[in-house]
Formats: sequence, structure tokens, C-alpha cells
Amino acid sequence: MSGSTIIFYMLAALTLVSGVFAVGTRQIFRAAIFLLFSLIGVAGLYFWMQYEFIAAVQIVVYVGGITVLIIFSIFLTQQAGDKMPKQKIGRQIFSALAAFFGFALIMLQLFQHTFTGTINQPMEPGVTNIGTQMLGVNNGGYALPFEVVSMLLLAALIGCIVIAMKTTGGISNKE
Amino acid sequence: MFTPGLYHILFISTALFFIGVFGFLTRKNLITILMSVELILNSVNLNFIAFNKYLWPDKLDGLFFTIFIIAIAAAEAAVAIAIIINLYRSHHSIDVDNAEEMKY
Repeated sequence: MSGSTIIFYMLAALTLVSGVFAVGTRQIFRAAIFLLFSLIGVAGLYFWMQYEFIAAVQIVVYVGGITVLIIFSIFLTQQAGDKMPKQKIGRQIFSALAAFFGFALIMLQLFQHTFTGTINQPMEPGVTNIGTQMLGVNNGGYALPFEVVSMLLLAALIGCIVIAMKTTGGISNKE
Repeated sequence: MFTPGLYHILFISTALFFIGVFGFLTRKNLITILMSVELILNSVNLNFIAFNKYLWPDKLDGLFFTIFIIAIAAAEAAVAIAIIINLYRSHHSIDVDNAEEMKY
């Protein structure tokens, strides 16, 4: 076993074990912290595949952005230290069975299928190539989806402000 | 067999996807449901990057899909948390059982 293989299995174990704890624990703050470790494990897998740019984006957006947002909303909405109520056992068994059979079905299909890849010369996934193709308007350029996503982000920004805005005076709906 | 390749990464992403599905089905709290959705989106991103690396390394299309999914997921999380905080302000609870007024 080489060092790369050992690192791969450690990252896989980190991702999956903390993912299981993130959906299983009954204390919501611990669930957020386990989610953080699971996302770090996924970023480590991107590093392991040598896609450094996407790993950096993962760390900046998910680990640094979304998890902090989730932790803030936990602080705003939960009382400290109390556990979430226990779920009905029948519901848990049903969900576990559904997840397990879906997993088994996908695995069965996956190992019966052989993928055939290309044999062309690989392209370096560096920042230069990514930037050139991302903003290219030629064949294969991604300038149009880039602009659409920028409009989506603007719409989400305005939507967040409108949703979270306090209605001052006038009509007060409920309390 | 034990050297990691495409199938190992697809195994990890499938397992992560169904962990997220399990959480989505069992949880009642809206914030934990949002966390399960994040896990599912991460497994999809892992799939795109693995296919890009092992099957079509001469293109960058999977990488671009991953970047756009990350951007959309960030927007979705921000809007969802704004809705959750607004719901908490009016109902003092963020369990899905207590938010029944939009049902009918």
C-alpha cells in the first residue's frame, strides 16, 4: 500500500463517518460540526484527485461560508443544550431501509457497468485553462451560464433581504 | 483491487448521497434537513469531478458543472436560512410539524 492509497482511505473514512454522525446525532450543534468535517473530507478528496482549484472553492464556499451560516442560524433559533426529540422507530427503520435498498440498487448497477473513457491528451485543470474556458464565448465556452448564475445570485441576494425584512408599522400579520 | 480508482470514488459519493437521503427522511428540524441537502449536493459534485478526472481528462466540463452547482447551492442555502429565520420569528419553532399554515 502506498501513501496515496492510505490517505485516500483516511479521507473516505472521515467523509463517511462524519456524514453518518451529521445525520444521526440528536444535538443540532454537533450535527453542524460533523457536517463541517464531512465537507472538509470532500475537499480533501478533491485535493487527492489534484483538482486544487475546486478544492479551494469547496473550502471557501462550503466550509467557510455555508457552515458558518448554518451555525449562526442555529444560534438564532435553538435553545442551547437541549436535544431534538426522538423520532418514531418505525419512521427510522423505514428511512434506513429505503436508503439501504437505494444504495444496493445503485451499487449493483455500478459494478455491472464498465466505463470507457477517452484516450486523448489530458488537459491541465489549472486556473489559466479554467478562466479561459469559463469566460470564453467561442465553441465550448461557458460565458452564458456564468452570466445566468450571476443574475441568480443577485436575485437570491434581493430575495433574502425581502424575506428577512421586518414589516414596520402598517399591517401587522400575527403578533 | 485496493488501489483507489473511479469505482471507489463512486462508492463514496453514492454512500454520501444515501446518508443525505436518510437524514432528509428522518429529520424534523428544518436546519438539519438543509444540512442533509448539502450532503446530497456534495456527493453530486464528487461524482462530476471523478468522471471528469478518470473518463474525460481532456475536457473541463465536469469541473464547470461543479462550480455552478456550488454557486447555486450557496444561493439556495442563503434563501432557505432567511425563510427559516422568518418562520422562527412568526411561529417560535422551526419543526416542519408546526408550520402547517401554508399547506392549504
